[in-house]
Amino acid sequence: MPALLQLDKATIRFGGLTAVSELDLQISGHELVGLIGPNGAGKTTVFNLITGVYQPTEGEISFDGQTVVGSKPYRITARGIARTFQNIRLFPSLTVFDNVRTVFHLHLRGDIRHALWRGRAFHEEEKSIAAQVMELMEIFHLGKFRDAPAKSLSYGDQRRLEIVRALATKPKLLLLDEPAAGMNTNEKTELMRLIQFIKDKFQISVLLVEHDMQVVMGICERVVVLDYGVKIAEGTPGEVRANPKVVEAYLGE
Amino acid sequence: MRFKHAKLFLAGVIVLCFLISLVEDKINSYWLFISYDIGINIILAVSLNLINGYTGQFSLGHAGFMAVGGYTAAVITNQFGELNSFAAGALFLGSLLAGGLLAAITGFLVGLPTLRLRGDYLAIVTLGFGEIIRVIFQNMDKVGGARGLSVAHGWTNFFWAFGFAAVTIYVVTSLVHSTHGRGFIAVRDDEVAAEAMGINTTKYKVTAFVVGAFFAGIAGGLYAHSKQFLTPGGFGFMQSITIVVMVILGGMGNTPGVIIAAILLTLLPEGLRTVAGIEHLPGISREFPLSWVGDARMVIYSLLLIVLMLTRPQGLFAFRKSIYTK
Repeated sequence: MPALLQLDKATIRFGGLTAVSELDLQISGHELVGLIGPNGAGKTTVFNLITGVYQPTEGEISFDGQTVVGSKPYRITARGIARTFQNIRLFPSLTVFDNVRTVFHLHLRGDIRHALWRGRAFHEEEKSIAAQVMELMEIFHLGKFRDAPAKSLSYGDQRRLEIVRALATKPKLLLLDEPAAGMNTNEKTELMRLIQFIKDKFQISVLLVEHDMQVVMGICERVVVLDYGVKIAEGTPGEVRANPKVVEAYLGE
Repeated sequence: MRFKHAKLFLAGVIVLCFLISLVEDKINSYWLFISYDIGINIILAVSLNLINGYTGQFSLGHAGFMAVGGYTAAVITNQFGELNSFAAGALFLGSLLAGGLLAAITGFLVGLPTLRLRGDYLAIVTLGFGEIIRVIFQNMDKVGGARGLSVAHGWTNFFWAFGFAAVTIYVVTSLVHSTHGRGFIAVRDDEVAAEAMGINTTKYKVTAFVVGAFFAGIAGGLYAHSKQFLTPGGFGFMQSITIVVMVILGGMGNTPGVIIAAILLTLLPEGLRTVAGIEHLPGISREFPLSWVGDARMVIYSLLLIVLMLTRPQGLFAFRKSIYTK
């Protein structure tokens, strides 16, 4: 089976700094992969490369058999890669409902002229979108916050809403950037269950960047370790944990 | 969903405006001309609100788009002599649309390169653009240059001014209240997140600029046919600022508020003028002269703005949950 996402010697340099160096990474369909590494290892940069925020200086990144290099972020999202952000980035002044609804413009048949004409087709489509948004929100117990501004939610709910918003793009690959940041043990356990649930329910692949070893080792099927932009280890959680290079990167010699 | 009968409502308002315009000559012409100003300012403020309020792109060049539309409409209609009312109406509509279109094209051309900029930088570039437009007209001898341009016809009436105000409100509201249209607000709230959620932020920003500029151009044409005289100075920096003030005072991204602000800020200077004139009326005591109100008219106006901004920074009319609260 060909990989869903494939990075071939992807490299990016900022001036003299090589943030990510010749990274090879494959993610297959319906796989949960963890990407870990010490602070500044280049994990978020990898996300930004995959989603088109940065362009690789060298190397190739392809998704679903086609290159994503040179594509704008919004096009890559439309092709099936969705992400969340390390520091939550919702649309704070929009309601919870509208945060999710906005994303549904990707699945609209009519264009903006429908909104101007406001004919029957427009109203029917808006109605069906509202139903889909509510259905998605109910799965994650966000329905009760429908009309609340996104910024009024608690931290944990905002994280959840961000994941729901990403799922609304109907992705094949979901990139989660440190979803457990700032969570307590209970919330982390809840989050692990949530990620597992998303992967099975929506039949998608997940790439998880995370500092928290409990979360990564608990749910990931495969773990990739970065240090200074270089891949130093890859394997099952058990293998990675036993790898002396990884121990050295985290704890020093 | 809301606004189900928006089109019907729009048609009703336009018919009503037409009926009022039939009995226009019975209205005091001073207040009639002020009502045209109100209609024109509503168009300007509501269209700028799409750019500055909903999409969060701080533009200071709205008077420039207005000038493009105003001069276009004036030059086109000046080619014709007296016409019967039907032909005049058709020609006027055509010239307004032409002015709006030219302004929209200008908006597109300005928009594309400048939309990489944000916040203050964009404000400065649009300000510069507005000034360039003004200077171009000032040096264009065909349209009178700095001497100004006489407009042969005064075809703006209640129907045109408020009919187009209604259309502007309809278009902006319809755009924003749709799944597509929430994208404008998403761009304002967080551009990076919007792009990551599949929103083509450039397209949204350019759309806001083009639609906003189009209606500013229409307003310019209405202005030309209301005042019947255009000078480049009338489309300067101060005019842009006045429109921005209406948007901020009404509440960024709050269309009803912006409409009320446009009405108030048009009436306020005129109202103060009336207060100053009261002492000349018979039966009013001369012991408390009010003529100073006339002299200090613009000072009072400015002071009121300061007080309003200090007391209601979220916009004067943000009673309901405003979408602009950060």
